Amino acid sequence: MNTVIDATDRRIIAATQEGLPLTPRPYAMIAAQLGLDAGDVMDRMQRMLDSGAIRRIGAVPNHYALGFKGNGMSVWDVPDDTIKEAGQTIGALDFVSHCYHRPRHLPTWPYNLFAMVHGRDRAEVDEKVHHIAAILGANNRGHEVLFSTRILKKTGLRIAG
Amino acid sequence: MDARDIAIINYLQGGFPVTDRPYAEAAITLGITERELIERLENLLEKGVLSRFGPMYHAERLGGGLTLAALHVPDEGFDRVAEQVNGFPEVAHNYQREHHLNMWFVLATETPARIDEVLAEIERKTGCRVYNVPKIEEFFVGLRFEL
Repeated sequence: MNTVIDATDRRIIAATQEGLPLTPRPYAMIAAQLGLDAGDVMDRMQRMLDSGAIRRIGAVPNHYALGFKGNGMSVWDVPDDTIKEAGQTIGALDFVSHCYHRPRHLPTWPYNLFAMVHGRDRAEVDEKVHHIAAILGANNRGHEVLFSTRILKKTGLRIAG
Repeated sequence: MDARDIAIINYLQGGFPVTDRPYAEAAITLGITERELIERLENLLEKGVLSRFGPMYHAERLGGGLTLAALHVPDEGFDRVAEQVNGFPEVAHNYQREHHLNMWFVLATETPARIDEVLAEIERKTGCRVYNVPKIEEFFVGLRFEL
């Protein structure tokens, strides 16, 4: 599901992936930096938003700094023939920020459904994980919660212009 | 952080306008001035409450590769391996987690083919086996923080 982007789009991406300028006319500023017309930059960014190449434009909060210290990656072993339904149900929960079907690596890693659960502390995450377990019922053949203890690196995507 | 900062974070998690004066437009909804919005965003970024402000690109839809991978790193070598892994520009995020697989990182590459190459390089450099768990299907991605 690739979107057709051209060399000019890539230059815009490279110029904005670290963030938008904090100035009254941010798109005009990017345009000036790249030698483009401001209207063209806005059209292209709007097109990328419409096509999904840009997921959203906005603030990316640092969970830790906001007091969401209970960032738990819950992982579940769900039968393959029910994973689609399970994933859609769990992904729709308002405390789940990311939900994916991913491959197992047996025997070390038996889990195929990942759901990122956020809470103010571990107790809150544990409570939400119990809620997921209750929903999955017999489709939950085992699960764990991997709490993060440290952010080692966090940058946006880096795309060369 | 005060009530206005919280309102800004809640309101601006998405939907920032693509218009000539987007901060001015967003500021109207928030009931503040354009200048105050810009200053507060600067401050939130400076304090690390926000890690970024701007567009979130979808790597795969831009033709790039994206995956999540994990390592089991022995405690005594952890910081050295973290430095080695973080040294790859393709590593976008890296988290330490409490598990036998204790290092989890997101890799974003220019092309899908680069994923396997970079993972092989990471394996060689760190001496740790890489568990690659690329997504098979995405059910939901979004942020719904309500502060």
